Amino acid sequence: MSTVAAPPPSPTRPSSGQQHDPASAAKKRKRDTTRLVAFLVSPTVAVLGLVVGYPIIAALRESLFSEKKGLDANGFVQQGEQFVGFEHYIDLLSGEAGERFWNAFWNTSFFTVTTVTMETVLGIAMALVMHKAVRGRGLVRASILVPWAIPTVVSALLWQWIFQANGVANAILGHKVLWTTEGFQAQLAVIVADVWKTAPFVGLLVLAGLQLIPTEVYEAARVDGAKAWQQFVRITLPLIRPVLLVAVLFRLLDALRMFDLPFVLIGAHKGSVETLSMLAYDEAANTRYGPAAAYAVILFLYVAAVAFVFVKLLGADVFSSDKAAAKKSKSRLKKPAATEVPA
Amino acid sequence: MSAIAPERPRRFTRPSPKALLGLAGTAVIVVYCLAPFYWMAVSAFRRSSDLFAISALPSPWSLENFGAVMEAKNGFLRALLNSVIVAGTTTILTLMIATFTAYALARLEFRGKNLLLAIVIATSMFPTISLVVPMLKLFTNTLHWVNTYQAMIVPSMSFALPLAVWNLTAFFKQLPRDLEQAAMVDGCTAGQAFRKVILPLTAPGVFTTAILTFIMAWNEFVIALSMVNRGSMQTATVAISRFTGATGFDVPYGTKMAAGVLVTVPLVIVVLIFQRRIIAGLTAGAVK
Repeated sequence: MSTVAAPPPSPTRPSSGQQHDPASAAKKRKRDTTRLVAFLVSPTVAVLGLVVGYPIIAALRESLFSEKKGLDANGFVQQGEQFVGFEHYIDLLSGEAGERFWNAFWNTSFFTVTTVTMETVLGIAMALVMHKAVRGRGLVRASILVPWAIPTVVSALLWQWIFQANGVANAILGHKVLWTTEGFQAQLAVIVADVWKTAPFVGLLVLAGLQLIPTEVYEAARVDGAKAWQQFVRITLPLIRPVLLVAVLFRLLDALRMFDLPFVLIGAHKGSVETLSMLAYDEAANTRYGPAAAYAVILFLYVAAVAFVFVKLLGADVFSSDKAAAKKSKSRLKKPAATEVPA
Repeated sequence: MSAIAPERPRRFTRPSPKALLGLAGTAVIVVYCLAPFYWMAVSAFRRSSDLFAISALPSPWSLENFGAVMEAKNGFLRALLNSVIVAGTTTILTLMIATFTAYALARLEFRGKNLLLAIVIATSMFPTISLVVPMLKLFTNTLHWVNTYQAMIVPSMSFALPLAVWNLTAFFKQLPRDLEQAAMVDGCTAGQAFRKVILPLTAPGVFTTAILTFIMAWNEFVIALSMVNRGSMQTATVAISRFTGATGFDVPYGTKMAAGVLVTVPLVIVVLIFQRRIIAGLTAGAVK
């Protein structure tokens, strides 16, 4: 793992064999590698450019254009598009459309904050239980994958059935709540269904993080007289922080694009659960591509901003290993005398 | 490592309160995860006359709802076939491309590697709808792809490909580097080392990634919903969301539950068989 000073060079090998290679051979090898890399990597780059790069640029462009309306000077129906600048953005941030937009923006943010918070807390709790569990590990692991594997659409239907007026939720509560009608109860239904489906996933990731903590750390803490709660706050949380941040980041970005669940569980055009994704879909489905693209761009920027803040401020380490590897390889190049010794 | 841990005397007579607590916690998790799914399955096996019963088991058991799902007007079998075609093709195409790229990312040093990794991760975070809107316009006005399989397969790669590259990179990194070096010492080129040594060894990783990709593609909804408006081309997830009752007003919950079971049970079986690998694949990105 660590780069340490070289032991005395072994007699069987010249002290710096790599460095004495003829420059031309090294160059050739490098050229070969470059060619291989280009061959291996280009399909992915091409596909991602096509299915992600192009749409983002197209959405940006589209959001600045509008279908021509009405008749032209000669009385023909106008065709094609015209540049309208930021008109779509201005339109959808104000007036009646603005109300709908800000409502969807609020819903999206509200769902994201509530569901991700609950999922994180529940996920950590689940992971702690699973980590400690002696018996039934296989069963827990199997059952925790079930909510993850169920298609979101099916989970929406299944919760719709549970939250139905004569459904089992009302039977257990002893109240008649009309869950799937407009209002706070509809939001609650969406939150419950989302947390059910994704908290186990957070639990899985956190469990993987827990399993990396050496037990010696806890033993030392116990010897020092740390209580269970202290151990959790002082040892567990800091040590699972990297995994937890990645899990929360994944969940945040997933929650921000929430679509299937409210769309199927409650329905389209329901103000109390309409998210930004649903709004963009609705406009696109009605071939109003300009406003739809504007919504899509706003959602994209929102997601990008959240990801940026999360990575920069909290230091969610999504690519740490590769940076470390790159640093290591650089230092190897700079200090040819240093030999890597496996820890 | 070799130090002998002090043998702690085990009491078999009475489990400690801690163990009981752990057991209770385990039970809570299992019930939490399985109860809603169980309720869907149980409801699917009830007769429509006692669909609203609250009993834990259907009495009597009935396949009436499953019969209703298969009725021709729902076109459910066709929808299942569509889902298999779309998710299957997406998975195969994605893996073919991702395996190569993941190998380069895991094994070869090249300029722009971290940038590429960052792009791959970033693309997996894009909101699907932001990609669907412009693509829908392109497919509608220019390519005339609406109501085709490729209109669902191509956009699906936007989330499948980053996922597959990411997972496979993690798998490739786990393989000891000595393998290729040994092969190259024996006279293989880097390409041959990949094909003849690495590829066979990564079969489990590729397989796991294939399962994950297939599940993601199978569960996809927004793309399939947007790109298709003809009943015969819709995928299973879209078909289920659109089931209507005989009159068009009553919600056919029984039929929906049965359809949900049919769509989910194959996934659940696969997940249970390969649970260890799937968990390894899911956590590969987060834990390093």
